Amino acid sequence: MEVANGPLLWASYLTLAVLGLSIVGALARVFRGPALSDRVVALDLVAYLAVGFLSTYAVVAEEDTYVDVALVLGLLAFLGTVALARYIERVRSGEALVDP
Amino acid sequence: MSELIAAVLMVGGTVFMFVAAVGLLRLPDLYTRMHAVTKAGTLGVGLLLLSAAVAFGSVSVTAQALTALLFVLLTAPVSAHMIGRAGYLGDAALWEHTVFDHWEGEHETLRREGEEVPNQADVQASNANDPPASAT
Repeated sequence: MEVANGPLLWASYLTLAVLGLSIVGALARVFRGPALSDRVVALDLVAYLAVGFLSTYAVVAEEDTYVDVALVLGLLAFLGTVALARYIERVRSGEALVDP
Repeated sequence: MSELIAAVLMVGGTVFMFVAAVGLLRLPDLYTRMHAVTKAGTLGVGLLLLSAAVAFGSVSVTAQALTALLFVLLTAPVSAHMIGRAGYLGDAALWEHTVFDHWEGEHETLRREGEEVPNQADVQASNANDPPASAT
């Protein structure tokens, strides 16, 4: 299988570099974001970027298992976002405790 | 040929992903940032997974990529709705130049599903009295 050579190889390297930079930027928003929901949205984007990164790395490494990893990562990111959204609503209605 | 198609799809997905990250950093409040992130969730992930499917060109990888894509397309609106609602009811302030806020000044009167709303209880009580009167 001759997946990665020529234009596809360079496109893959460009994609990996840009996605790595984007993950750093999204993590900056995770640390900065004023509200908890801002941080959760930023973590959502980090998960999407990681899914894209893994599917690109599958092409570079010529190893299709990474696509499965991307699928599972997307599933877990959805569960985490839903759990944190429920938590924010419970804090608002006084059911959950927060640090003072 | 399929290599070139895969490269074009990959670069397209990368552009969407990068625009989403820039939007997440630059836009002023939670709702505009979510507007940026949704592009990465659908178009960015979609194009990158399709590019992997085209690059491998085998049935199994195409099935895996399409399954992952279908799952992301199904779950992204749900999580976006939940986090947007939680932010609005919770701790996320709107941008100062926001033009229209449907529930402006009524945040405290909004109820979660299942919470008691006094006015609706009165309405239901009057509705419960009505059917016997109409039946007789």
